[in-house]
Amino acid sequence: MLKVSIYRYNPETDKAPYMQDYELDTEGKDLMVLDVLELLKAQDPTLSFRRSCREGVCGSDGMNISSKNGLACTTPLSEAAPKGKLVLRPLPGLPVIRDLVVDMEQFYEQYKKIEPYLQNDTPAPAIERLQSPEDREKLDGLYECILCACCSTACPSFWWNPDKFIGPAGLLQAYRFLADSRDTATDERLSNLDDPFSVFRCHGIQNCVNVCPKGLNPTRAIGHIRNMLLTRAV
Amino acid sequence: MVVVRTVTSFGRSGTFDWLYQRVTALVLIAYTLFIVGFIFFSDDFGYESWSALFAQSWVRIFSLVTLLSTVVHAWIGLWSVVTDYITNRMMGPKATALRLLVEVLLAAVAVIYVVWGVEILWGV
Repeated sequence: MLKVSIYRYNPETDKAPYMQDYELDTEGKDLMVLDVLELLKAQDPTLSFRRSCREGVCGSDGMNISSKNGLACTTPLSEAAPKGKLVLRPLPGLPVIRDLVVDMEQFYEQYKKIEPYLQNDTPAPAIERLQSPEDREKLDGLYECILCACCSTACPSFWWNPDKFIGPAGLLQAYRFLADSRDTATDERLSNLDDPFSVFRCHGIQNCVNVCPKGLNPTRAIGHIRNMLLTRAV
Repeated sequence: MVVVRTVTSFGRSGTFDWLYQRVTALVLIAYTLFIVGFIFFSDDFGYESWSALFAQSWVRIFSLVTLLSTVVHAWIGLWSVVTDYITNRMMGPKATALRLLVEVLLAAVAVIYVVWGVEILWGV
């Protein structure tokens, strides 16, 4: 029997959050954590969580799985509960709406700040803006982010200053546009990142790298941004 | 576009704060190695050699630069700590007063150490 302990909170009826214990017969299968949640929801329909694609592409089911942020749909029990005990909590630091569902507003606010779209002030060409294979390669390891928020909510700097520090997810995307040969707003983008909080609250502890379900490296991208800022400043 | 601007950080920008902190760290490492090296590798370490060392202007200047580096390094670091843990988001308006109090205390300690340090270095 798999023991599962899940963070429960319904602000309409509960004074405070609590952990609820469940038991589930997995029939010896190495299920994904999302499968476990679906089976438990069949037992207890009040259990709330987000999910959509169930294959690690949409980023809806980011949560804290046995003390480590990850996607429920791509985390197997063999990894999350090797001793038969699974603990599920919402992503840390964000306000809880209900059970495992968090309010992502602060996360999206930071994403919005970095203006995550191509900006080019040169006249649009007749067909499309071409890019050499080498320039396209610079976007590898950046464009794959699915904005699940596992990284930013694993970052103490984001916990303390979610209104001022952009966080690893936002900064990875900031660099994605700084590194794009088709984008001409590099200087404005860098000017907007030059304060003591937006980029520089990153102290390089790499919690983000440790949890990213897509295997991306926000710390490295932040290092590139810092080097661009330094090159411009000195 | 909301851009965070603060006047209380040390440098003109986060970039300069970052740079100052790294440069001052190098000064601190160099001075530490210099002093520890002097203590361990001088044959006749004692009052005579120590006062002869600090009789030289360049040692006094190096010491003063290190003292100023300590102040800059500590200010940037502690300002980061204070703005991480004493925030209006967590504590409301009283955080501003508390943060200001801590920063004034830190600044006072910094000024006292610098003046005192100059007095020691050029006083003997």
